[in-house]
Amino acid sequence: MSEGTLYDKVWDRHTVTRLPTGQDQLFVGLHLIHEVTSPQAFGMLQERDLEVAYPDLTHATVDHIVPTSSKERPYTDDAAEEMMAELEANVRESGIEFSHPDTGEQGIVHVIGPEQGLTQPGTTIVCGDSHTSTHGAFGALAFGIGTSQIRDVLATGTIAMEKQKVRKIEVTGELGDSVEAKDIILEIIRRLGTEGGVGYVYEYAGEAIENLDMEGRMSICNMSIEGGARAGYINPDETTYEWLEGRDRVPEGEAFEERKKYWESVRSDDDAEYDDVVTIDASELEPVVTWGTTPGQGVGVTEPIPEPESLADDKVETARRAQKHMRVEPGETMEGYPIDVAFLGSCTNARLPDLRRAARLVKGRTVDPNVRAMVVPGSQQVKKAAEEEGLDEIFIEAGFDWRGAGCSMCLGMNEDQLEGDEACASSSNRNFVGRQGSKDGRTVLMNPRMVVAAAINGAVTDVRTMKEVTINE
Amino acid sequence: MSDEVTIPSVESVSGTGVAIRGNDIDTDQIIPARFMKVVTFDGLGEFAFFDQRFTDDDSQKEHPLNEPAHQDASVMVTNANFGCGSSREHAPQALMRWGIDAFIGESFAEIFAGNCLALGMPTLEADTETVETLQSWVEANPDGEIDIDVANETVTYDGKTVDVTVDDAQRKALVEGVWDTTALMKANAEAVRETAESLPYVEDGKRV
Repeated sequence: MSEGTLYDKVWDRHTVTRLPTGQDQLFVGLHLIHEVTSPQAFGMLQERDLEVAYPDLTHATVDHIVPTSSKERPYTDDAAEEMMAELEANVRESGIEFSHPDTGEQGIVHVIGPEQGLTQPGTTIVCGDSHTSTHGAFGALAFGIGTSQIRDVLATGTIAMEKQKVRKIEVTGELGDSVEAKDIILEIIRRLGTEGGVGYVYEYAGEAIENLDMEGRMSICNMSIEGGARAGYINPDETTYEWLEGRDRVPEGEAFEERKKYWESVRSDDDAEYDDVVTIDASELEPVVTWGTTPGQGVGVTEPIPEPESLADDKVETARRAQKHMRVEPGETMEGYPIDVAFLGSCTNARLPDLRRAARLVKGRTVDPNVRAMVVPGSQQVKKAAEEEGLDEIFIEAGFDWRGAGCSMCLGMNEDQLEGDEACASSSNRNFVGRQGSKDGRTVLMNPRMVVAAAINGAVTDVRTMKEVTINE
Repeated sequence: MSDEVTIPSVESVSGTGVAIRGNDIDTDQIIPARFMKVVTFDGLGEFAFFDQRFTDDDSQKEHPLNEPAHQDASVMVTNANFGCGSSREHAPQALMRWGIDAFIGESFAEIFAGNCLALGMPTLEADTETVETLQSWVEANPDGEIDIDVANETVTYDGKTVDVTVDDAQRKALVEGVWDTTALMKANAEAVRETAESLPYVEDGKRV
């Protein structure tokens, strides 16, 4: 078993007791809730006549079903309105703070947590959403949970979990031009497999990780679950502390320096022991795109799509099915794959630096007339900050739809959906069949700049062949 | 009151089986997101594997869950990484409400297995050959009885008994009837408070 890692230290600090099942009862420092997975949990609480144990450590927002076209209530979709009303009632009755659309602080739960300083190093964070792993970018232990577990956390402030193994993923070297954090994580999942992380949490380390900004680190931790790992984290460092200082809910002045000592103390020791170590050379990477229907079915943009038979035995059938669905041929590259829709958004890649980088490429260009292109900022604050920099105008002038904050077309629970067999260049995290709202839809995952490059050219494009302009930021 | 919640032990599951073949079957396939626009889990059963089972005009496609012979199945036999993707408990809830009580597969995604445990449904694992043999048998014998012994980690069918594995904590939780952890953990409220107060970022149950 691992020893001296951040995972071990934060786990130990939060362990209440060992349960009769052999699981540990872990204290939860931050419980994030949203409208899709929490209503049933509140219902279960009512059935048992229980109250929320730690409302002040619970924080709500609305993201999955929220329309990105208008904030107007009631929502035109009755089901969405019912879910929103239910959440409003639940948080009101339990005294839970709610980043409601009216506050200007609403957004995707994994964007607003860090943004508001709720997400901090050395804490435990859970949410009824598998991409909760995102918060690990700050050196927090963050897990996605199911609704019955949400009930546990609401009722007790704790969760029953078994300790897992720790795999260190050392990403060495420097990233090449136009290769991003998203490409690192897509490559990790491609190499280790979609189930390779089952039983593990991932510690991302190494020069290429340390050189990333916090948003890049979030993109990586976000997709840990796509590699089967329930959590992923990065040791906090000066980049983390600088990003946090001055945010709401982060201690100030002396208290900040004091808290920093705690944050430093939970970093993995230099001589920490890991259950497994994997090394990846970042300098070898090129932009990665998916050719299939799992996030592990990725390939460098200039590399040939693999023959299913060349893959491991247990991947052959899945690959065949995926290639048929996507209508791609082994031996060809994804470059030039025609797309109908471009989606720049999601908890993986819809933060300000993502939008800035994309805008530099978009400026002075126009979206292909056959492409429906949209930018969905990760939060109202991201949207506001982007507008202050004039990024909205760049996108709109180029022909992008500039929308309100939410999960949107990542999973098609609002009106933003693929139609029929449309192909979508998407900065999101899942290319499962049906994921973006149409069972015949085709999703190609890629980094945000690759998404806008595809929007402009009407087809998957190697972004390295395109020049970008400088914008006065 | 919480005391009134009785948690049955799940030492065994018996019933007929249904095979769902394929690796990496994700929760978006098990229950498409559009069916999650609900505030209860009631009625989710009919939407299990909906897009695999029905065409655009709602007519039935060929799918094991559509076959009349499998309508009473309670044991789902699956391959590798079943239930990957989203944390939505709607997925096991939909399958449970369709009629499934237990899963036997090559491997399960962690959150999915955790969600199943929270509903008292075992997720038993076996090697590829064992699973594929069972899947073929289930397909040929839709009314054949499968007996799962959770405590002893065995599955008996067709007059033979094969070994399966169950995660230790899951086995204990199911067999001893402590898989619903709310009451169990609620009883430790004082220790929880102490742990909370020992953390530098919590004071009086609030964030500091």
